[in-house]
Amino acid sequence: MSGSAADGVPASPLSYLDRPNSYIGRSVARPNARRLLAGQGQYVGDIVLARMLHVAFYRSPHAHARIGRIDVAAAAASREVVWVVTGADILGICKPWVGVLGHLKGMKSAPQPALALDRVFAQGEPIVAVVARSQAAAEDAVQKIAVDFEALPPLTEPEAALAEGAPVLHPELGDNLAFERRIEVGAVDAAFAAAAAVVEDTFDFARQTGVTLEPRGIVADYRAADGRLTLYQSSQAPHMMRALMARQFGLPESDIRVVAPDIGGSFGIKIHCYPDEMATVALAILLKRPVKFVADRLESFVSDIHARGHRVRGRMAVDAEGRILAFVADALTGVGPYSAYPRTSAVEANQVINLIGGPYVFPAYRARARVAFQNKVVMSQYRAVGHPIACTVTEALIDRAAAALGLDPAEMRRRNLIKDDAYPVTSAVGLKFEGLSHHRALAKMLEMMDYEALRAEQAALRARGIHRGIGLASFIEITNPSPAFYGAGGAPIAAQDGCAIRLDPEGGLTLQASVGEQGQGTETVLAQIAASVFDVPLARVRVVTGDTDTTPQGGDNWASRAAGIAGEATLQATKALKANVLEIAGALLQMPPARLDIRDGKVVEAASGAARFDLAEIARMVYFRTDALPEGVKPELMATRHYVPRGYPFAFTNGVQASYLEVDTATGAVTLLKHWVVEDCGTVINPLLVAEQLRGGIVQGIGGALYEECVYDEQGQMQNANMADYLVPMAAEMPDIEIGHVAGTPTAESELGAKGTGEAGVAAAPAAVLNAVNDALRPFAARVTAQPMTPECILRALGKLPSRRGAAGPAFG
Amino acid sequence: MPSSSLALDGLIEITLTVNGESVTGRADARTHLVDFLRREFGLTGSHLGCEQGVCGACTVRLDGRIVRGCLIYAVQAAGRRVETIEGLSDSGEIADLQAAFHERNALQCGYCTPGMLLTAAELLAMRPNAGRAEIRRFLSGNFCRCTGYQAIVDAVDATAKRRQVARR
Ligand code: FES
Ligand code: FES
Repeated sequence: MSGSAADGVPASPLSYLDRPNSYIGRSVARPNARRLLAGQGQYVGDIVLARMLHVAFYRSPHAHARIGRIDVAAAAASREVVWVVTGADILGICKPWVGVLGHLKGMKSAPQPALALDRVFAQGEPIVAVVARSQAAAEDAVQKIAVDFEALPPLTEPEAALAEGAPVLHPELGDNLAFERRIEVGAVDAAFAAAAAVVEDTFDFARQTGVTLEPRGIVADYRAADGRLTLYQSSQAPHMMRALMARQFGLPESDIRVVAPDIGGSFGIKIHCYPDEMATVALAILLKRPVKFVADRLESFVSDIHARGHRVRGRMAVDAEGRILAFVADALTGVGPYSAYPRTSAVEANQVINLIGGPYVFPAYRARARVAFQNKVVMSQYRAVGHPIACTVTEALIDRAAAALGLDPAEMRRRNLIKDDAYPVTSAVGLKFEGLSHHRALAKMLEMMDYEALRAEQAALRARGIHRGIGLASFIEITNPSPAFYGAGGAPIAAQDGCAIRLDPEGGLTLQASVGEQGQGTETVLAQIAASVFDVPLARVRVVTGDTDTTPQGGDNWASRAAGIAGEATLQATKALKANVLEIAGALLQMPPARLDIRDGKVVEAASGAARFDLAEIARMVYFRTDALPEGVKPELMATRHYVPRGYPFAFTNGVQASYLEVDTATGAVTLLKHWVVEDCGTVINPLLVAEQLRGGIVQGIGGALYEECVYDEQGQMQNANMADYLVPMAAEMPDIEIGHVAGTPTAESELGAKGTGEAGVAAAPAAVLNAVNDALRPFAARVTAQPMTPECILRALGKLPSRRGAAGPAFG
Repeated sequence: MPSSSLALDGLIEITLTVNGESVTGRADARTHLVDFLRREFGLTGSHLGCEQGVCGACTVRLDGRIVRGCLIYAVQAAGRRVETIEGLSDSGEIADLQAAFHERNALQCGYCTPGMLLTAAELLAMRPNAGRAEIRRFLSGNFCRCTGYQAIVDAVDATAKRRQVARR
């Protein structure tokens, strides 16, 4: 790994993080990975409870249809079947919900039932649930269900859904527009009138889906005797789920426990409320028995949320020096028939127009985002919500403007990136940046990739008919969202996080945190913070997460918030515990606590370093020999702290990615040769884990850029809803990814200074790859503006296949 | 004694060797090997990602060679030798590879990991001098959504090199 571990650590002399035994900035391996390596993880699919039943769903084969007679007789009579349930059967206990947020003004959606009632609006919508003693029996019985459908014409394209006179999917809503937002800042028309060059393109981003290797799953266990509902759920948001389930089923939150065991990938897919999971909970309550649902891969493709799926027309005006004068963006997306619950399906489009132009200085901006209902699978938040779309539009326009003015793409960025000494800055759109390092990052990137040498190599090869491209993409990334977000919109989603930490009798620490682990290393990072602040060996810190019964209330895992928010709560809780321990030690030694310290697991005299107590001695005395403690000493060996960022709506991170690739102009195939990223995520707690977040994210981003697409026909049928036909990145096609660091810009909002890093990889990889492809195609005056950039798409751009899009983009701006 | 026999309820009794132990379980004819291992013997280390032969999460060893456990019927394993991640972990056979994965953080959620380890172990046994490109190709039937693969390639590469040194 490149870059030094110390990069990004704040230099304040008294920082807890700079102590000699600090684990902050150290690439420690994840202790909790050992059992996963031995096959001893416990995922939802592995959970078996006494008297447990299994549920399977009959799903709509139609994108849009009226439901007629449902014949369940044969299914109900099948071997091992316990109950066959239609929508009306569970309506009493499981009311439809509506996925809107108050702060997204004007947003609307229709009530969404757990099981479809009289109409289905998308392929894959669950209609009948079959509960049986085995999963195989439930699946068999589903095959025997017969439903009379009256097929209705599907509304698949967002343009058509918003057209004058279009049939309205939910008549009570009046039209198919779920959400619209406009932004108008500065003198846009004047900027375009005065421009030395104007560039414009319409960009198409295909629908993608998350393809977590472990499909969604839930075991719902309702014990009627004490009214307790326990959910074992493959979820990244157990606290949110508990609150939603309480609302949904009219139970007190205190009677609900949500356990997130090992999670086989989430990426935002496992943060939404899904009808099949709601139905499973309803069935468990009605049957008073544990019920398990684990999606199979085929139903994952038509029931997990989809994402991206945007058409964006972007325009940019520049002056003769290449300075950006204005952006205009018009984003249109179709999100399926319902807005997802509870985070809605409007956030991605909203984020797209928020983030366009993000790294740059520009005085004028006009944007519109429109979100339409349609008859496809529901779309909502997936890793790096909106980022790859906004970044691709922005970076592609930057490259085009550079070409129009004869500037090098790196120079074009240098002229427009927000200056490193300009912060704090509020952008034209109103984004508040506390501190970023675009120029340092770009300089580091150019040096790391040896940009000049690469350009020379590219030119030499071009002369021999080998077409290589170099693509740059600067980016910003949203992390650490403040309460201004979902909470203000009315969803029970916390912006704060909590950590409770205690000293155990043997001198170790047990830490209970409100954020969870999905493999990104949350538990390790929190342990590193606690071990550093308390100054004990990392091996003596145990971390408990993923259980609403045993962890503080908090905001769960999304938007790269665990390290920055829960990390700070951990730091503060550990400081508080340390103060308690030193107070007790001081009383025992009759010394002022200020003259004591904890070093390497021992209480020492701060000045001399002389050891006075092992932590185990103090703990045992407090727990078991309280009689021996001096009068007035409080036996408080547990401390809890919560933290919420309030100064800025988000902590932004920044960075730049670069791609080097080769295009075979005969076949349209793209070979990725190398990828680089430089990111500044503030304080780096574990460089190894940061690097792997970046690499994993980049490869997901490359998936969207080159391979991944939910292919639909005109009937609203997904044509490639299986893993053989939906292409994902595999090892052989992926490049090595080199990572560079710059001296970071920690957030001053917290003592820890950490921002997140989970979205950065996905955010800019598609833009870097698209710019590289277009750089390779430059001699042919061809360019690609759609993702995924399949060989077919590249051959179309080269004019070797007929072009597909007839109509121009929407007229706006 | 035959290693499989039809019981009265339509389930087939299947005797096989799992991780060195002779065991008997019951399954119907269409049950695939991984469902059988998971359900009958609690061997939940083998995972299911697609049940279509594409993702490799279900990789186990059958008579010493890796197979996709979702493409093999349980009855086909009757009388044969099956090894899973649990067995390979207990025997210590791949301890060095697991340690390399751990050091290099070649796993995040861990769901692909048992299949990756079994696949990588076969590559290391068959082609002890494999380079990075060959490692990438050999692992290309195993999907990982989390890591981006490079850490996995690094870990396998490091293990290959360490074993080469150890052999000298
Ligand atoms: S589950 Fe067998 S290959 Fe995917
Ligand atoms: S580590 Fe999650 S799928 Fe590979």
